[in-house]
Amino acid sequence: MSGFRHSTAGRVDRNKPVRFSFDGKTYQGFAGDTLASALLANGVHLVGRSFKYHRPRGIVTAGSDEPNALVGIGADEAHYAPNMRATQVEIYDGLVAESQNRWPSLGFDVGAVNETFAPFLSAGFYYKTFMWPPKAWAKLYEPLIRRAAGLGRAPTQADADRYTQVYAHCDVLVVGSGPAGLAAALAAATTGGKVFVCDEQSEMGGSLLAETTATIDGLSARDWVARALADLAARPNVTLMPRTTAFGWYPHNFLGLCERITDHMAKADPKLPRERLWQIRAKEVVLATGALERPLVFPDNDRPGVMMAEAARIYANRFGVKPGDKAVIFTACDSAYRAALDLMAAGVAIATIADLRAAPCGPWIDRVRSAGIAIRAGTVVTGTTGRLRIDSVSLATVGIDGNPGSSENIACDLLLMSGGFTPSVHLFSQSRGKLVYDEALQAYLPGISVERERSAGACRGIYDLDKVLSNGAASGTGAAKAAGFAAADTITFSTTADSVGTDGFIGVTPFGGPSSKARAWIDFQNDVTAKDVRLAIREGFRSIEHVKRYTTTGMATDQGKTSNMNALGLVSETLKVPVPQVGLTTFRPPYTPTTFGIFAGQSRGDMFDPLRKTPIHDWAAEQGAAFEDISLWKRAHYFPKRGEDIHAAVARECKATRGAVGIFDASTLGKIEVVGKDAAEFMNRMYTNAWTKLEPGRLRYGVMLREDGFVMDDGVVGRMATDRFHITTTTGGAPRVLSMMEDYLQTEWPGLDVWLTSTTEEWAVIAVQGPLARKVLEPLVEGIDLSREAMPHMSVREGRICGVPTRLFRVSFTGELGFEVNVPAGYGRAVWEAIFAAGQPHGMTPYGTETMHVLRAEKGFIIVGQETDGTVTPDDAGLGWAIGKAKKDFVGKRSLARPAMTASDRKQLVGLLTVDSKTVLEEGAQIVADPAQPIPMTMIGHVTSSYWSATLDRSIALALVRGGRARVGTRLSVPMPSGPITVEVVEPIFYDAKGARLDA
Amino acid sequence: MLLITCPHCGPRAELEFAYAGEAHIARPTDPMALDDESWARFLYHRANPKGLHAERWRHLHGCAQFFNVVRDTVSDSIVTTYPAGQPRPALPGDDKGATR
Ligand SMILES: [Zn+2]
Repeated sequence: MSGFRHSTAGRVDRNKPVRFSFDGKTYQGFAGDTLASALLANGVHLVGRSFKYHRPRGIVTAGSDEPNALVGIGADEAHYAPNMRATQVEIYDGLVAESQNRWPSLGFDVGAVNETFAPFLSAGFYYKTFMWPPKAWAKLYEPLIRRAAGLGRAPTQADADRYTQVYAHCDVLVVGSGPAGLAAALAAATTGGKVFVCDEQSEMGGSLLAETTATIDGLSARDWVARALADLAARPNVTLMPRTTAFGWYPHNFLGLCERITDHMAKADPKLPRERLWQIRAKEVVLATGALERPLVFPDNDRPGVMMAEAARIYANRFGVKPGDKAVIFTACDSAYRAALDLMAAGVAIATIADLRAAPCGPWIDRVRSAGIAIRAGTVVTGTTGRLRIDSVSLATVGIDGNPGSSENIACDLLLMSGGFTPSVHLFSQSRGKLVYDEALQAYLPGISVERERSAGACRGIYDLDKVLSNGAASGTGAAKAAGFAAADTITFSTTADSVGTDGFIGVTPFGGPSSKARAWIDFQNDVTAKDVRLAIREGFRSIEHVKRYTTTGMATDQGKTSNMNALGLVSETLKVPVPQVGLTTFRPPYTPTTFGIFAGQSRGDMFDPLRKTPIHDWAAEQGAAFEDISLWKRAHYFPKRGEDIHAAVARECKATRGAVGIFDASTLGKIEVVGKDAAEFMNRMYTNAWTKLEPGRLRYGVMLREDGFVMDDGVVGRMATDRFHITTTTGGAPRVLSMMEDYLQTEWPGLDVWLTSTTEEWAVIAVQGPLARKVLEPLVEGIDLSREAMPHMSVREGRICGVPTRLFRVSFTGELGFEVNVPAGYGRAVWEAIFAAGQPHGMTPYGTETMHVLRAEKGFIIVGQETDGTVTPDDAGLGWAIGKAKKDFVGKRSLARPAMTASDRKQLVGLLTVDSKTVLEEGAQIVADPAQPIPMTMIGHVTSSYWSATLDRSIALALVRGGRARVGTRLSVPMPSGPITVEVVEPIFYDAKGARLDA
Repeated sequence: MLLITCPHCGPRAELEFAYAGEAHIARPTDPMALDDESWARFLYHRANPKGLHAERWRHLHGCAQFFNVVRDTVSDSIVTTYPAGQPRPALPGDDKGATR
């Protein structure tokens, strides 16, 4: 024995010493240690400060249920992970760990002043204390609470680690590798089915890893585990997955597993990801998730040195660590007696066992008594002392009245508690299985299954080793059979192990009546005491769901693993109703906190979303274009020359296009080819417009509604032949337009002979716009007469340009003479460059989306999604002319006839001119009739588009205003923080209202 | 993640599909003949049952076909799938089966 480490006991590798640091101090442990076991081996119990009161806290458990020992891990910020459970962190050479929620140090923490204010931090204090005034929230309360209360801190640098995701299928997934899980895996494996076995711990074996006396098939428990694992590992149909937490159950037997790959390595291969997300579809699942020991709730049960009895046994037996010199044990069940004997063997003096039960008896009690340990029946702990570590315990015998008598003080440095075991039904409950309360076990057990799973062993309330093994084997066989694999023969086990029974206690131990001022912790992590829960009930909360939210019990990152049953017990006792009537809070994924990293996987940075680039993208980049994101596309926003900002560049691009000629990449426009005998009929039904009479070679602006009558998309459509249309959609709208068209075609009108093909990426679209557009293109085309007479506005011709086949549209989104040159995408850049070269003598200027927006706004052309928001009818948007009045039906037509759709006070599209022509309105700004009216004002509309027009040398705006068309000529107001802006309502067209330029 | 059996492609993971609302709500052949109330019911009223629900899904990242699914909204279990245009099959415990 050196310090608190036994010289031989346990499974750590004493030939591999490991050095690590905690709060800047270097310690030594061994390979196989967790951070918790290594700290305990160095006599360190104080590892953190509590969430609300900053109480000193120590290690309570030895597993993933740990509420207190949360630490930050990582030598640098890019590898820093907060809120890691020290009981699960495996140490390695160079590990850097720090405690959380303390300043300046763990031993002296300024935040502990919260203790003084404890009376003000009772149940519901968030709701009561910080109610008023509302403004104080952002500036005062929230920062205060965030600083004073909390868990770990977020790292200041981006996560440098890599995370991967993988899908897998198996016949049987076994969750947990304790005795039940191993037996199930062995039984299932022999059938030949594909078996996965996962366990959250670094070593498989579960509770058997801490077992020193029981035997299975003549072997010690540990040797049996080793043999079973070797047997499984040798089978090609079995995959063993240690360090892998099954954190979530999703519908249809789909489970999420997090595999921790490099966290335990001092030097990891840089090719390895830190963690891997397994998404497993299992035909059958065996849940062998075990049970968690319950704390007892008594005054000051949260001091460092107060620990679960079974955890202390694990530290002694599995890690060879003595968690203290002199222990008092407080228990309501036999398993703590087994722990007492193991700890005594490890060199811990057991001062006394206080047993809540009036008359404990049985082989374990006899064994402890003959070992000379004092047992006090019907005894409770009424308090503890010790600032940073427990130094004494008060014990009192419970009298006939149910209250404790006079206390006796006993010195100790360790207080072990055991309230019995709670089956881990989390995954079963996540699978929507119905839980049933077992009165005898005082536990919720799996009842009716919804998914294809079965629970085995302690997670269904079976605790005796022989029964656990046979239940596990039967579950494995049953699961394999259900997955279609027949078992050769039943596996049986012979064991020697004494039962520790199923006694236990839920609720709050008696320590001075319901009015006691003493603080007995129920939820360590969220700092919730029995007093808080009682207060919530006094204030009228009845349902456990409400008590949970009001007090926050069970709402911490541990989801109440150690606290939920005690909270239920207390509510049941206080309300004097049976536990099942109190209700049960819902278990939700994840079982333990899971990194965002595995959910993001490789979808970070450039891989976050697909990136769409046009064939002309690289040319624009070479020209120094600024880009903007439009749906998944990168679009050239503007082309700044040296020294230009966006305003200067856009003003220049606008003037050049209106004055000479501009060139614009419109390739992102959605395109759909509609082909078939019934194409025109289909178009008639999908669009508001009439298509039957549109001749091949002509274009039409089409408006598409949803069935509810609101504008969904728009775009220019070319009729290429009687049975063929070339549709364009908005850049972002292409997928939903195609999907809606497919929906109608497949499900409503399957008889129509029509075929839809997305051609968005087949065509590069080069818009050439401006009075000189024709001059630029004329020398480049073959077989197309571009003259005004031969090719009027809104026509399309097929031919060749620069030797490449083209569908050449004469169309304008700028109000100028304009063409849109469609060429196969592969030729896009070459044709673009040829046109650009040919345009240079004419002053051709490339322009981006911002200039496109300004030019179209000057003409009052709407943009779907900017002038429309899903509540705008064609008439609202000034597109009433685009409705084929003679058509009997089209999608959305019937809805347009509903009374609300034709009301005169609907918001209608208008133009706005600020009285001060230099003021540019803010898009989205609200519009009122009278700025002097009291707040809250009646808002009658909003600004949808607003720009500086270089052409007009003034600001312009489009807006949707209630009854707007009737308000043309009146003045309205746009209230802003700096004061109201007066605007004049005008027709929504600011330039060349007659369209002479367009027809040039 | 649901495991959905496309009637054309077989069982596939939910992420290949897009949900498309309640099934068997046929668009009226002559919408203009309907009064406002009937049209509103077609547009907006949905059964939203607790239990078996016939709904449309589209195998968006597969065959791109719309088809029908009967799903239990309580357990999320899928009872059956069938091509668009076929009637809701008669199923044990389903009083809405074999209609329309
Ligand atoms: Zn399919």
